[in-house]
Amino acid sequence: MSAVVHDHGHDHAHGHGDHHGGYSGIMRWITTTNHKDIGTLYLWFSFIMFGIGGLMAVGIRMELFSPGLQFTDPDFFNQLTTMHGLIMVFGAIMPVFVGFANWQIPMMIGAPDMAFARLNNWSFWLLPFAATLLVLSFFMPGGAPGVGWTMYAPLTVQMGIGMDLTIFAVHILGMSSILGSINIITTILNMRAPGMTLMKMPLFVWTWLITAYLLVAAMPVLAGAVTMTLTDRHFGTTFFNAAGGGDPVLYQHIFWFFGHPEVYIIALPGFGVVSQVIPAFSRKPLFGYASMVYATSAIAVLSFIVWAHHMYTVGMPVTGQLFFMYATTLIAVPTGVKVFNWVATMWKGSLTFETPMLFACGFLFMFTLGGFTGLVLSLVPIDIQLHDTYYVVAHFHYVMVAGALFAAFAGVYFWLPKWTGRMYDETLGKIHFWLTLVFFNMIFFVQHFLGLAGMPRRIPDYPLMFETWNAISSLGAFGMGLAQLLFLYIVVKCIRSGETAPQKPWEGADSLEWTHLPTPAPYHSFETQPIVK
Amino acid sequence: MRGTRVVAVLAGLLGLANTGAAHAIAWYFQTPASGMARDIDQLHQYIMWLIIVIFIGVFGFMFWAVYAHRKSKGHAAEQFHENTTVELLWTVIPAIILVIIAWPVTKTVIAQKDTSAPDLTIKVTGYQWKWGYDYIKGEGEGISFVSMLSTPREQIEGGAPKGENYLLEVDNEVVVPVGKKVRVLVTAADVIHAWWIPALGAKQDAIPGFLRDIWFRAEQPGVYRGQCTELCGKEHAFMPIVVRVVSAEDYSKWVGERKKTLAAAADDPSKAWKPEELAARGEKVYAANCVACHQGTGRGMPPTFPALAGSKVVNGPEQAQIDIVLNGKPNTAMQAFGKQLSDTDIAAVITFTRQSWGNKASDVQPAEVKARRK
Repeated sequence: MSAVVHDHGHDHAHGHGDHHGGYSGIMRWITTTNHKDIGTLYLWFSFIMFGIGGLMAVGIRMELFSPGLQFTDPDFFNQLTTMHGLIMVFGAIMPVFVGFANWQIPMMIGAPDMAFARLNNWSFWLLPFAATLLVLSFFMPGGAPGVGWTMYAPLTVQMGIGMDLTIFAVHILGMSSILGSINIITTILNMRAPGMTLMKMPLFVWTWLITAYLLVAAMPVLAGAVTMTLTDRHFGTTFFNAAGGGDPVLYQHIFWFFGHPEVYIIALPGFGVVSQVIPAFSRKPLFGYASMVYATSAIAVLSFIVWAHHMYTVGMPVTGQLFFMYATTLIAVPTGVKVFNWVATMWKGSLTFETPMLFACGFLFMFTLGGFTGLVLSLVPIDIQLHDTYYVVAHFHYVMVAGALFAAFAGVYFWLPKWTGRMYDETLGKIHFWLTLVFFNMIFFVQHFLGLAGMPRRIPDYPLMFETWNAISSLGAFGMGLAQLLFLYIVVKCIRSGETAPQKPWEGADSLEWTHLPTPAPYHSFETQPIVK
Repeated sequence: MRGTRVVAVLAGLLGLANTGAAHAIAWYFQTPASGMARDIDQLHQYIMWLIIVIFIGVFGFMFWAVYAHRKSKGHAAEQFHENTTVELLWTVIPAIILVIIAWPVTKTVIAQKDTSAPDLTIKVTGYQWKWGYDYIKGEGEGISFVSMLSTPREQIEGGAPKGENYLLEVDNEVVVPVGKKVRVLVTAADVIHAWWIPALGAKQDAIPGFLRDIWFRAEQPGVYRGQCTELCGKEHAFMPIVVRVVSAEDYSKWVGERKKTLAAAADDPSKAWKPEELAARGEKVYAANCVACHQGTGRGMPPTFPALAGSKVVNGPEQAQIDIVLNGKPNTAMQAFGKQLSDTDIAAVITFTRQSWGNKASDVQPAEVKARRK
């Protein structure tokens, strides 16, 4: 996006044009060490992956439109569900928030760029290789792995070479995340403007600081799990094979020790975005800033001691089940605090509902719904009934899509003027919100009913009593897919021909990028550090 | 149930209720048939009411703010941003609510785990993609069978209208007596499966190499249906579970009949068969056990599921093929059929594969299979 900025010559006015480096065209993007360029790359990359993962979702919903096998054979269906999950989690949702981090953190803490500029380039450019491996696995003999995104042993040892490509892709993605996180932690801890103490940082920066620590702690665990899978497959180890003294459930423990923090890795930056957007459009400071920071930290700590709530049906001892149940329900307390704080921020404000605020309100409402179904699932007896059914599918899509994706949309609309120097089309933005909201609920709300009634997840064909809800859900999926084309159009239109944006288009916005930087933001954000009082 | 009617009416208004099939729209737990399933249902209702009350409370505030505190209505923003009392209250009150919820749930968890003193113990083994059942203690001890989907392939592929119990019907149902505590030992032979009967509130992952147990006590005679709930490969959707709960007398009758059929079905492994007889019987065994992977054409789905037509193993020495069928192949979906099929069935299916799809190898007699068993 800043390429466009450059072409229009906005930042020549600041005399920084020559800082773009010696290259132009594609080489500029490959060699760039600029946080904004890299942020842009992350954002476009995640949108492309969102499109690929979305196409897979449409394929899944086509097959599930009615009972019987129509479009896919069961093997290919399993490949689709697996790759949809992996691509959306690692290719779309995680990178989109790293894109936000790259663009926003230096601007919000008053720094010129990220701490490790070359490392930043490397963190991004690892991603396309990983994504290529993931997509290539479909074209290997035997196809992509059909094991689910959780890659449970020992089904993984039955897969073809596509499984190995996926394992390597996960390794590379993990490396990228760890390098990116180290960069973010260093930037936040060392490059804040004078006067910006930790407790004065915008909440978005706080949530990313905590997320980065989660990533550094959790990603190596995943790398370990998939490496053990690799050696079980090829080198005769039996980590997950009882016949050799291993245990298939050990894989699940390791995976979810990564997997539960991963949920918050995805959710926390979204919380950060929403914590910027809601005060801005309420024209009122964030309620309970300090308690927000404490609640976020509490969630992060708790996220490491609740992993086995994904595994209530493996046959744990009763003490294990009770411990993980109590620990899991505890998460409701800090999460509740956050929701109450957001509502209290809106309370007695002076509200307007531009597109970012609409998405933030949609986030608040539906993420809370996903939180409540999480509470239902945290209770062992109910979870045993609902485990691996569509209720779980509905639950985590409320958290991941209505939570993280809606927060990402709120963030894109919120900062697009600062990034491009132009306003997006407000009417189209609002239409995009309402279409996404309606179709999202059409897909996923009815899936709660399917799960309660007993439809297992990851099946390409189902008994007749599940037909109605599946048909509604599939229609919603097609609508939701089309609505995202509108989003692409809105962004492209904004970049090409949007109206020129003022320095601070949002009346209530108060972080440094709005108060101290012109629009569009200069190539090197702060060459002189601002003084924060 | 009142809620069912409401949803049916809503769906009817949407024009979706009558899709031709005579099935109700399922939207809530199946009617509980055991005390455990009823406890789960009640816990769920209790927690749902709580959630609805909290939801309305919290979002009542949000929507009131959305409605009343708008800039367009001239509402000026107040600048308060903290209130220690309020913040403490909304931390402590949810914590207290959680403790109140935890009490009844804990009791249910402990009851669910109590598999002591069963009247009947059944071992369930998950295979790709069918269930094996062994009655190991109590009336019916010694009964053992394999239970497979009985929905015809044509219904799945759209060649025939779908029956009422589409994908929820099996050839051999698990039969248990009503009102008796049944302990289920669950394991698997290849990958992880999960055994689940929703109406009985019983679900347990089947983990290869480990035995885990659950229990249920069915309160009403009837047929209860469930599906495998852990992704176990290609045919995961096609390995249902059917439990038929009958009265004590009917159960004794079933046990008697079952034992008689088992005895009658036992073939003399030393009998010499004609190749055509073996191949004819083998075709049926193949259709029941092998076709999902190796396909009706014998071409399989390489590389995951290799072809048998023209295969070196199938056209090679008899012993090698017998060993693979008896013992399976590690790290693949090829399982050890020695535990599931009789010598005669194994000899028949091997003969069938050796003499079909252009393969022209020698036949295999039951005695040869018996000799290769370890």
